[in-house]
Amino acid sequence: MKAAPFDYIRVNTLDEACKALSESGEDARIIAGGQTLVPLMAMRLARPSLLIDINDVEELSGISIEGEHLVIKAGTRQVKALSSEIVRKKIPLLAEALSHVGHTQTRNLGTVGGSLVNADPSAEIPLIAQTLEATILVQSVRGKRSIAASEFFEAAMVTCLAPDECLVEVCFPIWPEKRNGYGFHEVSIRDSDYALAAAAAQLTLDGSDNCKKLSLSICGASPTAIRLKPVEESLLGKPPLNQVIVEACEIIDDLIDPQADVHADANYRGRVAKVMARRAISDARDRAKGFLK
Amino acid sequence: MSEYKITLELNGHEVSGNAEARITLVDFLRDNLDQTGTHIGCEHGVCGACSVIFDGRPIRSCLIYAVMANGHKITTVEGLEKTNGALSPLQDAFWENHAMQCGYCTPGMLIATHALLQENPDPSDEEIREAIGGNLCRCTGYQQIIEAVQSAAKKMREIP
Repeated sequence: MKAAPFDYIRVNTLDEACKALSESGEDARIIAGGQTLVPLMAMRLARPSLLIDINDVEELSGISIEGEHLVIKAGTRQVKALSSEIVRKKIPLLAEALSHVGHTQTRNLGTVGGSLVNADPSAEIPLIAQTLEATILVQSVRGKRSIAASEFFEAAMVTCLAPDECLVEVCFPIWPEKRNGYGFHEVSIRDSDYALAAAAAQLTLDGSDNCKKLSLSICGASPTAIRLKPVEESLLGKPPLNQVIVEACEIIDDLIDPQADVHADANYRGRVAKVMARRAISDARDRAKGFLK
Repeated sequence: MSEYKITLELNGHEVSGNAEARITLVDFLRDNLDQTGTHIGCEHGVCGACSVIFDGRPIRSCLIYAVMANGHKITTVEGLEKTNGALSPLQDAFWENHAMQCGYCTPGMLIATHALLQENPDPSDEEIREAIGGNLCRCTGYQQIIEAVQSAAKKMREIP
């Protein structure tokens, strides 16, 4: 349970980090919080030759509003995002999901960007990135590129990030509508564990209480978190009553690909995912109506 | 592999040592600095036995390399006692309430709940459960730990 030997450098700027990545080949890894990378290295499932520590890079930390977006820099600690007044006000769905990420001790070091690049199929931050159509900005010595969350996550623990690229920030669109609500539900073995399945929904009601806009995703039931567009489409323009939601969610069985592990078999995960989706939508509806805080 | 010089502010004192980059903070504390109060359990971030306070917040010292902690402030369980060497009110309450049996998780539990009480002097049982959510105890069933923290919180609120 000890990591294999590696070299270590601490950088002060994003440019230095990108330069170090480009010069040191595919075996170099960025480290910020290290809350997944360090245990992977202890188990020797990861064996980088060089760690590039970006904890001192000030430009990679912070939360701000830019136009119609909430921007979180990649190295921002999860605890900072969770306790941020801006996050709670502008993207309450993200604030709610963050409270389910790990536990106090891991959130104090773990970063928002770290969770995204780790791309665990059960992780909450990638789920919210998918739900809200976040864009992810990455940089290398070759330049910058902006990637939609729907393209960023390719498979379980796999993203489209190239070995020489460093995550810079994630940008969440703020919905401008007034009658918005969100819902988040998760089932896990213990509070601090990864979700067996979780669902996130954000919904807008029109003046007649019909569903005007809906975004719904689940995680834990496919290799990556997935948007459930067929469910969204079947609810648009309808009153999101419980029975209507239940019916719309029936199609979820055909959209997911749950895998068995020691904690839950595939069938159970799939059923939990469906129930989480229903509850997330109905909470979103109740919040849009002002019935739920 | 080369060694790195690491300087920490440990329990209020500046200390240093040399270690390879792959040495975790908990190994550095125990093996290089002889501070064996912090326990090593699982070594991959599951059990919480190695919790320490890092720049004011509880973290797991097996999930950070010592070299990454260079220049930072660390408080370990050795730093909780009063300056005269007596137990802190929280440590005392663990004793009084039998909040341990084998004691293996105790340094981590003390660190997690000390950090909680620093931020929240009057926590609910639920908030205490949340604060120790990342710390495993196989003896107590957690109930006495919660009682100890409540009793310590009450005492600490009474002391001006």
